[in-house]
Amino acid sequence: MATEILMPALSPTMEEGTLAKWLVKEGDTVSSGDILAEIETDKATMEFEAVDDGVMGKILIAAGTEGVKVNTPIAVLVAEGEDVPAEGAKAATTPAPAALNGAEDKTAAPATAAPAPATPKADTTPDWPEGTEMKTQTVREALRDAMAEEMRSTDEVFVMGEEVAEYQGAYKITQGLLDEFGARRVIDTPITEHGFAGIGVGAAFGGLRPIVEFMTFNFAMQAIDHILNSAAKTLYMSGGQMGCPIVFRGPNGAAARVGAQHSQCYAAWYSQIPGLKVVMPYSAADAKGLLKQAIRDPNPVVFLENEILYGRSFEVPVLDDFTIPFGKAKTWREGTDVSIVSFGIGMTYALEAAERLEKDGISAEVIDLRTIRPMDTDAILASVMKTNRLVTVEEGYPQGSVGNYITSVVMERAFDYLDAPVINLTGKDVPMPYAANLEKLALVTTDEVVEAVRKVTYR
Amino acid sequence: MATRKSTAKSNVSAEELQSYYRDMLLIRRFEEKAGQLYGMGLIGGFCHLYIGQEAVVVGLEAAAKEGDKRITSYRDHGHMLACGMDPKGVMAELTGREGGYSRGKGGSMHMFSKEKHFYGGHGIVGAQVPLGAGLAFSDKYKGNDNVTFTYFGDGAANQGQVYETYNMAMLWDLPVIFVIENNKYAMGTSVQRATKSPSLWERGAAYGIAGEEVDGMDVLAVKAAGEKAVAHCRAGKGPYILEVMTYRYRGHSMSDPAKYRTRDEVQKMRSERDAIEHVRELLLQGKHATEDDLKAIDKEIKAVVNEAAEFSKESPEPALEELWTDIYA
Repeated sequence: MATEILMPALSPTMEEGTLAKWLVKEGDTVSSGDILAEIETDKATMEFEAVDDGVMGKILIAAGTEGVKVNTPIAVLVAEGEDVPAEGAKAATTPAPAALNGAEDKTAAPATAAPAPATPKADTTPDWPEGTEMKTQTVREALRDAMAEEMRSTDEVFVMGEEVAEYQGAYKITQGLLDEFGARRVIDTPITEHGFAGIGVGAAFGGLRPIVEFMTFNFAMQAIDHILNSAAKTLYMSGGQMGCPIVFRGPNGAAARVGAQHSQCYAAWYSQIPGLKVVMPYSAADAKGLLKQAIRDPNPVVFLENEILYGRSFEVPVLDDFTIPFGKAKTWREGTDVSIVSFGIGMTYALEAAERLEKDGISAEVIDLRTIRPMDTDAILASVMKTNRLVTVEEGYPQGSVGNYITSVVMERAFDYLDAPVINLTGKDVPMPYAANLEKLALVTTDEVVEAVRKVTYR
Repeated sequence: MATRKSTAKSNVSAEELQSYYRDMLLIRRFEEKAGQLYGMGLIGGFCHLYIGQEAVVVGLEAAAKEGDKRITSYRDHGHMLACGMDPKGVMAELTGREGGYSRGKGGSMHMFSKEKHFYGGHGIVGAQVPLGAGLAFSDKYKGNDNVTFTYFGDGAANQGQVYETYNMAMLWDLPVIFVIENNKYAMGTSVQRATKSPSLWERGAAYGIAGEEVDGMDVLAVKAAGEKAVAHCRAGKGPYILEVMTYRYRGHSMSDPAKYRTRDEVQKMRSERDAIEHVRELLLQGKHATEDDLKAIDKEIKAVVNEAAEFSKESPEPALEELWTDIYA
């Protein structure tokens, strides 16, 4: 049976090409793999191989022809002893590729996420029942308890990282875990972030629930390919077949006097990635409830802690088991004049500023996002619609900051409610200096929050 | 073609030999069809064909048992077919259709099958190596005797994370077989232009990992080496490296003009070392099959591939809502 040979697409971007040279002539016997022709694509000159065995019946496009469109018949291959079909009698050909690249769908409206509700409302349900007994705990202890509780309940949960076991944690977050759970589940790694992050992701593919500790998220840059390309994207790339339940956790942002390579905040970076969840707790109760939630979440979670907050004490509910849901902001102070939105250590400055402003008669509402992705934009919008002014506070860099994103959401959905431009307070646009005085200048401060609020309230 | 003997002791039955022939032929015909569909514009983007390397995956799958895992790079069609994934689902993924393994959202380089313990299909060169060790970690943690075949190429063998992984795999005795598919070219860069190491598997010695070089154009030699490696891993002795010497007949991807090697070099491998021709000869000379038996297999494979191609064209494109699904579990 005669078969039409079509002009092939030989690169991802080729639409037409030049049939530079025929290497066979009519009547030649060809077998699969033989070079039939040389074709110039938009990138290079390529050899074009035969797929089927047969005899070259007729060459339809002469050598040297330019601008031959992909899928144009260029020759007819016949069986031994068979005639070339007459003009008009259609040779068998694989049907022309229909519906390429969804061309016929181009006018269809793209599917979009559900439309935003008209009036955003903050979820104000309490995180734990009224009257729950509380105890004072550091963030450090709360994080350790969260891991220990989840490890007690589920064998699939394990911790790996540098110095997490015998050293008891570089920042003592994993203190006591080796004693309780043993070396099978509390695993010291060599200094090899790229490698152990990948092993952690593979273990999650294999059905475990790893907690991968980075000594700091600055070192996780060596592993960021696995966090993004291997962990975050696999569920999508597999059409929903393969999940990656893993927690990447460790201190993030500036500590004190550790210089440019150990002081960066990665909240904005990770918050850009669909497939990741990004958490940044401020209080001990949130650290515990959110970490337990992260360990149970079927998705990869980036859990950004802060070295300075590790030693701070907060009230933590005494409950056998409690978690904080993702995507639910917490309003620390209610106010009427301005909304201050922050997360992580930024909350320290936001709350201090609110206290000082109160003395001057300015009522600030302070919202802790707790999770950057998913982000509780409804809580932000509801607050801005009430106060009509917004200041965001974070430690990361200004360009492409979390505050920038919040601002864009507010511009789109609450523009008419704004009585002043939004101010995004961030760390300064410089690598972190070592000198004490310069480091202080590089960080966002309570004074700056106070000043920004005065600016947006015109007071 | 000069008669070739297998370098391995032949401990296989006629049925097994026939099944290797069938499996290798399926990969070759499937890939030829994929090349054809690419030429027609039905497959887009990158498409890396496995033609020439068929004996590697078929030989190693012959050494695997149910429960063993496999993971590889973006040149993954052969691995998927060899572990029993449905050619229709693979081809429909190549054409970006709803019937594909990833419902059209992964493409040639990103496909998975939990059922067949195939963990991808990874597009970042070398990333699958620690992932494979992690899969092996999960099996050791659970206390079963499964092993993970972690495939990567001579190009990936120069990535740093491979050696980070070697170190931890040996440190923790992980049941992982590192399969270096040395097809001599990392895209357009020959092994000799990328390293002065005389061999890639010997690099494992720095970490205490045992290994060996294997003739990747001889499916029986690959199977024998695979069995040895599997036994090593199942016995709890930690990882093992197989450097399988193979050859890719086609370009790195579809848009590779292949100016870095001569036509003669490719032709010589095809005519003297072809793995499928080799098994064909073993079958005929050993009187394990007749010409007619083999013709019947050819016909059967052609039908399977044609059916896959038809399915891949008829399966609809994914619904537009699919853009927003499978981002979070």
